[in-house]
Amino acid sequence: MSAAMHSTQSGFARALLDPAQACPGGLHTWNGSDPARRFAVYRNNVTVSLVDALADTFPVCSALVGEPFFRAMARVFVAERPPQSRVLAFYGRDFPAFVEDFPPAASVPYLADVARLEMMRQEACHAADVEPLAAEVIAGLLAAPAQLPALRIHAHPSVAVLNSRYAVHSLWAAHQGEGELAAVAPMLAQAVMVLRVGLDVHSIVLARGIGVFIEQFIQGAELVVAQQAATASDPDFDLVTALGSLLHWQIITALRTGDDDHEHTD
Amino acid sequence: MLSTHLPATHSTACVSASSLPARAGLGLKPVHFEHVLSTQPDVGFFEVHAENYMVPGGPLHHHLGRIREHYPLSLHGVGLSIGAEFALDASHLDALAELIARYQPQSFSEHLAWSSHGEAFFNDLLPLPYTAATLDRVCAHVDQVQTRLRRHMLLENPATYVEFEASSMSETEFISEVVRRTGCGLLLDVNNIHVSCINHGRDSRAYLRALPLDRVGEIHLAGFATQMDGAGDPLLIDSHDAPVAEAVWALYADALALTSPVASLLERDNALPAFDVLLAEAARAERMLAGQPPQALIHMAEEAHT
Repeated sequence: MSAAMHSTQSGFARALLDPAQACPGGLHTWNGSDPARRFAVYRNNVTVSLVDALADTFPVCSALVGEPFFRAMARVFVAERPPQSRVLAFYGRDFPAFVEDFPPAASVPYLADVARLEMMRQEACHAADVEPLAAEVIAGLLAAPAQLPALRIHAHPSVAVLNSRYAVHSLWAAHQGEGELAAVAPMLAQAVMVLRVGLDVHSIVLARGIGVFIEQFIQGAELVVAQQAATASDPDFDLVTALGSLLHWQIITALRTGDDDHEHTD
Repeated sequence: MLSTHLPATHSTACVSASSLPARAGLGLKPVHFEHVLSTQPDVGFFEVHAENYMVPGGPLHHHLGRIREHYPLSLHGVGLSIGAEFALDASHLDALAELIARYQPQSFSEHLAWSSHGEAFFNDLLPLPYTAATLDRVCAHVDQVQTRLRRHMLLENPATYVEFEASSMSETEFISEVVRRTGCGLLLDVNNIHVSCINHGRDSRAYLRALPLDRVGEIHLAGFATQMDGAGDPLLIDSHDAPVAEAVWALYADALALTSPVASLLERDNALPAFDVLLAEAARAERMLAGQPPQALIHMAEEAHT
């Protein structure tokens, strides 16, 4: 590839994302019309399609700040961080951190966490399909008390926990027709678990302790470590109740004991 | 330039590039999943955008898997960036190979365009100058795709809004040469021909006849939006958000007269109407594929008799 060729797409690419750049040279129109007007079609297609992709992922954020503000904010994100993957389902991964540091959105302090929750739901929707471990198998393993402290719980790939300083689930739920937005006190802390059961994504508000417990074992902690951390954060944490909840939600896909990597997945 | 892994017997290329039935098909959108599964409409095939299904699991794969049990499938890529100055994204090619292994589509197609530069992906189909250097690069990339996917692909003629001073050959010459060198088939987008020919002051019927029509493996039909360029001339946008225009139906009839009946897709990606509206457009394409006059003409003939 020649240097001249290389510069063709470089110049085109630069001008696509930066409206301050002039229309790239070397363009031709059959009727002698200004190529800038035609180049603007590409510029518009790129920005609008990428802003649309973000709007699809973050509908509640858009509703919270209004569509014009959301799209203007998304436009800045697109220009600064165009996607590096062709798979746009996950383009929003860096958006919550961007929102957190976007000065014009500072008056809506919970916006970044609502974006985190929406991205978690997107990730959960597309997470790998893994069958939960059958309840009898889990019950059998939990009945061997000697193994219990060293057990590592493997959660379904869709499971994630958000410990927010804000009532992030209540804010989200109010936009799904569950309760009134005006009745939500946004500054109350909430821990939320997102998971997919079958084809449906759920968000569930958790007590502080079980939120920590799940976060711990997602990170690979042994049961005893996860339990200690949960109890330290929440004196009301009860291991038996927590394990019952995990069974109820069908979160557990494997139980491994200690570091022998012995797997129980059948 | 010929691939070392593929036979150069181009007469069989279209067969391997597409085994879709010579019927009308529809783009499959998530909003249609339940309706399609519960009503099993008489649609010749469905087409999906490959990139939308490059996710690990969940409802998209669940529904596509079930729908695939009942319908032929066309896998249409929008992000491979075959015209890019940079190397093809090997991980993206791997993901395509995985989807093809999973769903066994009757056809895989991509665009004569670029959509990425370096690490940035633009999610749009960007235009190319038609030069010897571009031709070598596009052919090398098509060869690489066909070798990795172990099948021939269909290459789609583009809708463009600008041309390049550097171009040394016409678009039809360029496409014909890519098809000849790589053995790929042609995805004949009739709407793109109409859009590009209006946008660049060309004769769409002459353009159509200059393509290698014996290598058409699929036809695309779509709607466009109309803007105006700097001189006040119409500038058509390939927006996929409207019914197929009468001028495009006429060009489709022209194309069918020059090819054997071939799988024809109604592309509607934006402003989706009710499913029945899409079915009606597909029915019109099926009547034309079967060599029947358009419904409107039948009505006119009936009215003339009464």
